[in-house]
Amino acid sequence: MHVTRTLPPELIRIVISVVVVVCFTFLNVLLLGYAERKISGRIMRRPGPMEVGPQGIFQLLVDGVKLVAKQFIVPSEAGTLFRIAPLLAFMPVGLSFIVIPFSNRLQVRDLDTGLVFMLAVMSLNTFAILVAGWTSNSKYSLFGAIRSVAQSVAYEIPMLLSLLSVVLTANTLSMRGIVLAQSPVWYVVVQPVAFLIYFVAGLAETNRAPFDLPEAESELTAGFHTEYSGMGFSMFFLAEYTNMFFVCSLGVVLFFGGWSGPQLPYMDYTGIIWFSLKVYFLLFIMIWIRWTFPRVRFDQLLNFCWMYLIPFSLVNLMLTAVVVKL
Amino acid sequence: MKEYFLLLFTGAKSLLTGMGVTLRQMFQPIVTVQYPRERIAITPNFRGHTELVRDQETGTHRCISCKICQMDCPSSCITVNSEKREGVKGLVLLSYRLDFTKCSLCGICVEVCPTSALGFSGEYELAGFESSEFRYDLLKVMEGRE
Repeated sequence: MHVTRTLPPELIRIVISVVVVVCFTFLNVLLLGYAERKISGRIMRRPGPMEVGPQGIFQLLVDGVKLVAKQFIVPSEAGTLFRIAPLLAFMPVGLSFIVIPFSNRLQVRDLDTGLVFMLAVMSLNTFAILVAGWTSNSKYSLFGAIRSVAQSVAYEIPMLLSLLSVVLTANTLSMRGIVLAQSPVWYVVVQPVAFLIYFVAGLAETNRAPFDLPEAESELTAGFHTEYSGMGFSMFFLAEYTNMFFVCSLGVVLFFGGWSGPQLPYMDYTGIIWFSLKVYFLLFIMIWIRWTFPRVRFDQLLNFCWMYLIPFSLVNLMLTAVVVKL
Repeated sequence: MKEYFLLLFTGAKSLLTGMGVTLRQMFQPIVTVQYPRERIAITPNFRGHTELVRDQETGTHRCISCKICQMDCPSSCITVNSEKREGVKGLVLLSYRLDFTKCSLCGICVEVCPTSALGFSGEYELAGFESSEFRYDLLKVMEGRE
């Protein structure tokens, strides 16, 4: 009581949200990094990390300590924005968490234009990659950045078009509203094509294999983050994995009914369990895809987008519009 | 137009097949060996450095110091030392030096030995700090194997 009298409740809410968001970001990356290495190991019939802790569960913590302890090397020819690019990559992470509805009550802010906000913030990542590649003053970094921008521009279109058909069906842009609109049937049943297009475009947006051309290690060493070391690199790493989480949580909110699931006690809060289960299932599929398919060529990447994804999403959008109007 | 859709369907099908393959592999047992903690049996054909075989009946080596192995060794890495002793028939082996830093594991010494005194050991953990650690005296090695 005393606390709320001296401090505005809104401030407390913001502070708690920020702390939770930052903690969750790091926790999520630890979890995903470990899952990625374990799953890739199992697919290749090897055990994955086994040395640090039981079954290697502390491997990512140790990696984090190593990265923090490493020197952040700035190339002598690098531009002035070189140090800012990792922060630029990491900044949207905090912002996107604002609108994600983890459960009925667990949402920092329910914006009326939540979906637009989230997509806008997520596409800032491309900007960070461009800045990183450009200011590194290295041919590999620059090529990685160029590819990343071309890819993101191409794949943003089918992604938005497929999400637009969902918005037409739900008749709202608020994330919470979209979840509530799917109370009888999830939109993955109503809009399966839109979901497929969204998921493929999401893979390309997060630069995941088989669309990981911006950081194709066999041709560009590490792409846009070739020149980054220590915390600079780990910022990009954090941003990449958190972006994966965003793409999947957006997929869950728009197509898999968000927090909805069998009734649990205190459903307003425990809905986060169903939400996390769905998100991590989608993330598992992303990891599974990465360790299955070889990287596509650049012309294949763009051809697939312009020849298949965009026409299909356009047709899907038109059909949705017609059905909604009827 | 027909090709366009055909490509889509065959492509999607092959992608799903690939995903199926990796999913099946994921639930198969692990095939790699966690080496220092886990070891597998060495095959009988494995060629470690040569060793003097212990004869089951006499309890010692079968070397008669004929030095054929020393002469035939293409890398000249074998030195056999022996002496004549009073009251003992034949030569007494004093040392059988193998310079494993030069040995190419060709196995000619094992083949030419008239008494089959030589064989390949199963030794594979061969890390050391100095080259002198790999100049073995096989007689001592055999005695050390008690």
